[in-house]
Amino acid sequence: MSGTRRETGFSFTIDGVEVTAYAGQTIMEAADEAGVYIPRLCDHQGLRHQGSCRVCTVKAGGRSVAACTQPAAPGQAVENETKHLNKMRRDLVEMLFHEGNHLCPICEASGNCELQAMAYRLDMTETTRFPYLEPCRPLDASHPDIALDTNRCISCGRCIRASQDVDGKGVFGYVGRGIHRRVAVNGENLAETDAEVTDHAISQEVCPVGCIIRKRVGFVTPIGEREFDQGLIGQEIEEKRK
Amino acid sequence: MSELPKARIATASLAGCFGCHMAILDIDERLLELMKLVDVDRSPLTDKKRFTQRCDIGIIEGGCCNEENVHVLHDFRRNCDVLIALGQCAIMGGLPAMRNAIMHSDAPLRECLDEAFVTGRYIRNTTHNVPNDPALPLLLDEVYPCSQVVEIDYQIPGCAPGGDIIFDTLSKLLTGKFRGFEREMIRFD
Ligand code: SF4
Ligand code: SF4
Ligand code: SF4
Ligand code: FES
Repeated sequence: MSGTRRETGFSFTIDGVEVTAYAGQTIMEAADEAGVYIPRLCDHQGLRHQGSCRVCTVKAGGRSVAACTQPAAPGQAVENETKHLNKMRRDLVEMLFHEGNHLCPICEASGNCELQAMAYRLDMTETTRFPYLEPCRPLDASHPDIALDTNRCISCGRCIRASQDVDGKGVFGYVGRGIHRRVAVNGENLAETDAEVTDHAISQEVCPVGCIIRKRVGFVTPIGEREFDQGLIGQEIEEKRK
Repeated sequence: MSELPKARIATASLAGCFGCHMAILDIDERLLELMKLVDVDRSPLTDKKRFTQRCDIGIIEGGCCNEENVHVLHDFRRNCDVLIALGQCAIMGGLPAMRNAIMHSDAPLRECLDEAFVTGRYIRNTTHNVPNDPALPLLLDEVYPCSQVVEIDYQIPGCAPGGDIIFDTLSKLLTGKFRGFEREMIRFD
């Protein structure tokens, strides 16, 4: 952000709450600063926006837009926490559960997983209407310090952007199309790449689910003390408003 | 004042580890409160093997991994007004469903059985055969969540669900006060 942005500030509303934004800010960036949480999965602080998961869908001027890529506009009336939008978000999250193999009871990320936490926040507790696709997806444990269990990958692309833009490596990338699109590594397997456990792409915060695994650190936090045992996802943003 | 007639509940464990039934015991002393509201019909808790009457609530632990599971589940759907899937195995197949998508395998069930009875590193099986006694129920090609076999009315998440969410859900259902789960109580593990 430029130092002069204070002069170009304007306001718009989210669910009737007045929010200040600056030229070039997305709806989500302005909302975050104002302490209004918009659910998200593919967007992550410090990474360039991708706009692919659509969990952040809001209504702006009656149209559905992705809050993580849509620039804020003066005077705009944005809808965020509505029953209808949350239901659509819940359906999206539910479909992600069905598209991969998500067995939370055996997953190292359980309790710290953003997908699971989003399901809690969006009340994903009704009996499902979708079939479980149960794809056969590979596990890559070749690297001495890192493993990949792509059964849990939700193709958010956060590792791709982190590796490319922050680590300057490009270890991860997409292969395939449509439902067959997968994250792959730029080598025979992970051990053949220059991935290191100290890379930003491998850090706990980048992969929202339990796909990128740092070996020998799983299940260290006792149940009850894990990140989302403490409270709902997004609450740290909402607390800014109080 | 005449006493309210008690509701009847039944429970069964299909392809699960029985942990969800153990979790029912985590209701602890509130079980006495619950027992004022219900009589238990067919259930491992009473050791009754058959329904003696139609039940208000059926509680299912585990998914369907063999033909007997499917049979029992149909029996519960026929005999219960409300059917509850209790725990992740009943809801989405849970741990037993790990055999559905064994990597690089064209026949996951065959590979799973071979590993368990023949090729596994710590197996002591002098016959070198997969058990095939006719008394054993036929295994299904995959493990199915309950909702893929019959209609399920409610599901209580968790592996196992805590005693609090089980007690809360049951007591509210029985008194007509259930309006969905408290968010803080929802856990998938
Ligand atoms: S990645 Fe998240 S949603 Fe998937 S199994 Fe692990 S904890 Fe559950
Ligand atoms: S590996 Fe993790 S960070 Fe990378 S695309 Fe998959 S879910 Fe996203
Ligand atoms: S959900 Fe968990 S506790 Fe319940 S039967 Fe399955 S494995 Fe056991
Ligand atoms: S967070 Fe906006 S599309 Fe994923």
